[in-house]
Amino acid sequence: MQASVEIMPRWHDICEQSDLVANSGVCALIDEQQVAIFALNTAGGTNLYAVSNWDPVGKANVMYRGIVGSVKGEAVIASPLYKEHYSLVTGKCVENEAVSLSVYDVRLEDGRVQVAL
Amino acid sequence: MTTSTTHPKVLVIGNGMVGHHFVEQLVASEYPCDITVLSGENRLAYDRVYLSSWFTGATAADLAMTDEETYTKWGVNFKLNARVESIDRKNKTVSTKTDTFNYDVLVMATGSYPFVPPIPGNDQPHCLVYRTIEDLQAIEASAAVSKTGVVVGGGLLGLEAANALKQAGVETHVVEFAPQLMAVQLDGQGGDLLRTKIEDLGVTVHTQKATQVIEAGEQSRYRMVFADGSHLETDMILFSAGIRPSDALGRSAELAVGERGGIVINNQCQTSDPDIYAIGECALWDNRIFGLVAPGYTMARAVAANIAGKEGEFAGADMSTKLKLMGVEVGSIGDAHARTPGALSYTYHNQPDGVYKKLVVDAAQKQVIGAVLVGDTSDYDTLLQYALNGIELPEHAESLILPSSSDKPALGADALPDTATICSCHNVAKCDISAAIDGGCCSVGDVKSATKAATGCGGCAALLKNVVDSELEKRGVEVSKAICEHFNFTRQELYHMVKVEGIRSFDALLEKHGSGLGCDVCKPAVGSILASVWNDYILTQTNLPLQDTNDTYLGNMQKDGTYSIVPRVPGGEITPEGLILIGEVAKKYGLYTKITGGQRIDLFGARVEQLPDIWQELVDGGFETGHAYAKALRTVKSCVGSTWCRYGVQDSVGQAIDLENRYKGLRAPHKIKFAVSGCTRECAEAQGKDIGVIATEKGWNLYVCGNGGMKPRHADLFATDIDDETLVKYIDRVLMFYVKTADRLQRTSVWMENLEGGLDYLKSVVIDDALGICQELEDQMQAVVDAYQCEWKTTLESPESRKRFRQFVNSKESDSNIQFVDERGQIRPATEAEKIAGTSRIPVELV
Repeated sequence: MQASVEIMPRWHDICEQSDLVANSGVCALIDEQQVAIFALNTAGGTNLYAVSNWDPVGKANVMYRGIVGSVKGEAVIASPLYKEHYSLVTGKCVENEAVSLSVYDVRLEDGRVQVAL
Repeated sequence: MTTSTTHPKVLVIGNGMVGHHFVEQLVASEYPCDITVLSGENRLAYDRVYLSSWFTGATAADLAMTDEETYTKWGVNFKLNARVESIDRKNKTVSTKTDTFNYDVLVMATGSYPFVPPIPGNDQPHCLVYRTIEDLQAIEASAAVSKTGVVVGGGLLGLEAANALKQAGVETHVVEFAPQLMAVQLDGQGGDLLRTKIEDLGVTVHTQKATQVIEAGEQSRYRMVFADGSHLETDMILFSAGIRPSDALGRSAELAVGERGGIVINNQCQTSDPDIYAIGECALWDNRIFGLVAPGYTMARAVAANIAGKEGEFAGADMSTKLKLMGVEVGSIGDAHARTPGALSYTYHNQPDGVYKKLVVDAAQKQVIGAVLVGDTSDYDTLLQYALNGIELPEHAESLILPSSSDKPALGADALPDTATICSCHNVAKCDISAAIDGGCCSVGDVKSATKAATGCGGCAALLKNVVDSELEKRGVEVSKAICEHFNFTRQELYHMVKVEGIRSFDALLEKHGSGLGCDVCKPAVGSILASVWNDYILTQTNLPLQDTNDTYLGNMQKDGTYSIVPRVPGGEITPEGLILIGEVAKKYGLYTKITGGQRIDLFGARVEQLPDIWQELVDGGFETGHAYAKALRTVKSCVGSTWCRYGVQDSVGQAIDLENRYKGLRAPHKIKFAVSGCTRECAEAQGKDIGVIATEKGWNLYVCGNGGMKPRHADLFATDIDDETLVKYIDRVLMFYVKTADRLQRTSVWMENLEGGLDYLKSVVIDDALGICQELEDQMQAVVDAYQCEWKTTLESPESRKRFRQFVNSKESDSNIQFVDERGQIRPATEAEKIAGTSRIPVELV
């Protein structure tokens, strides 16, 4: 039998849905980890995304202050420092394969925003 | 001459560059005929212009312009080593030693031979010429056993030959009869500079030397004795003292020949026998021999057209030339010696950099008629276009040759008429290039293969690229100018839509005219447009996500994620109380302070959650936002002016404050800076600003569209001695016109340079109201002025807005990654190493 230790992510309660800003980001502090949470309004409703707040190129905790948008149809966040784009779905950097953001699960439960970490 | 059953026989004597070009053109015309080429050399045509590349490793194959396979494929008969001995005009035959050929049409492209001055001793071994590949082989062989070499002739060809000798590795001298080098193309000063440059490259130049005899030398193989009694010893001699037309065949066939040689031709390039044409350097047109390849090509095309039953004419040729001699750039256009009656000239001579430029204009000062360029030929293309197309000179003609590149009126591809010749070697006009692009070409490479442009001497390559780019742009404008993948429109088009359709949000614009979710390019651009058009508070719930972080948080984000704070200090005038308040706030929040170039104070190191508290204290103390974070009016710098200064003639500070208060908050495609100086000493450096105002005894001089930064640009004088009211009127109009029509992130300088017609056009719009929009521009500006609000004041008034300024949505903690160390008595961001070493500190507020 294969021995493996897996730390199961746990849902963390963050804030009210109304604390989010439409088409923009906020930042949550979860066990000393900074997580950027974005709410994108699309035709089908609001999509939530959660990624690490650390900008791996600019080396600062600023990702939540970037501009959200899309590149070839995929939702992205642009670093406010040097403008690299990261997929909000995969965390991959569009311009530089060497860097990426961590991606976290995020959900709404009874009007509360929750992030799995 | 034709019968219905057989094709006419076209016989070509000579297969140099021009003879070959003729064959090429005739084949391309698809006119049914039998073409036979007789070449006196043992190979088909090769490129004589680049002969000296032989000594840098080019082979005969590299120089070849065609090959036997190609001629065979074209169905062209050819005979090499077939030196023609006679022409029998009566029987229409041509004979070599061994064969006789019939012709219906004969084309003589026999070229020229190097002139060897009649100096006793010029026929000895190691006395050579420079024209054919065989000559090159002989030079190479001679150079191998020579230490020094002399080129007789300091003209264009002589210097090419000198280059060849130098590359062949011998100590090279040039001996010239005239007092200067390249006397045909250059004036005295240009010739002198060229001499200096060539001597710097290790070639010794001897001018005003007439060789009298070549005798045996003492140290070297030969001694050349000059008329002035001096002498020069050398192992080999290369004669390159000009060319003479190879017209012997024409003479013996009793064709009309010029007094000094050359087979006489008319505009159709027919000789005195209408069935015989002559083209290239053997032909004499209007008593002139054309020793350049481009006119030869033009003749070749004319004859090919005539034979094919179309109209072709040679009506003289432009002898302008641009080349690199041993790496020295040299250019000569038209009347380089200013010999035209009444001609006037401008010269620019930069001895340290070794650049000389002369511009020759006509008596009326309307047109370029000539130019000399030595050391820098970057202006050649533009000047040539001015000269060839009779384009009217710009206001300051000298700017065409002066080095300050940004002031230079650029002769954009668009300014050229459709008939402008772009490539003179292959006679490709601008309209031919447009046609090629319409025919499917989409790159410079495509256009080159389709039109042959820039495949002759190559001198027009840069210009060709401009024309191709501009033509492509015209056709693909929507694609290439699209602001980003979400909007297939330019900023101007978006501005227009927002205004005309009354659109007040990004989402509405995206839904109506765009696709996707937007991005960090289109969102701020649209945010800026919305602000410019409606001047709404930029941080409304819908506008907020459009802004760059700097606009969202009303501060400039620094490398560590903190922000800087810049309160507005209109005109740079500040009270002691104001200074003290800024100092106290900085001290309380532990901020780094620095004076900016725009006469205000920048406070660094504020964490995002501190911004509202810091600004609350500043706003309470009477300060407003300085918009240092925005693409908007930044500062109006001023000197102290007539109030205090002994020299000031107007109240520059007062004017600066009024202007800053009027235009503060104006959102624009890029940042805007002003300055006001109180006298012509210009202490406020107004001529380096988007809007510069300089006091005069009678009022104000207005300068526009300057900037500092990466590519500084001197502002242009726009209006002189205007009063306060006119000043504001003009600035209103200029700025609003800029806001409405500029591209995203385009500063005023680039905007104006890209306006077709430049400064004069801007003047006509703003001063003469050429577009009839001045009232509208003023009204729009007034609306923006009236709608001004301090964004920080508005932000602080709303608890909802203040909520934005927090690091964490679920915690009151600060970002522990923001750490400082002390340096020169103030804070600075800690480096990664300092953070790891624990020598930095996480700031604690003194609250």
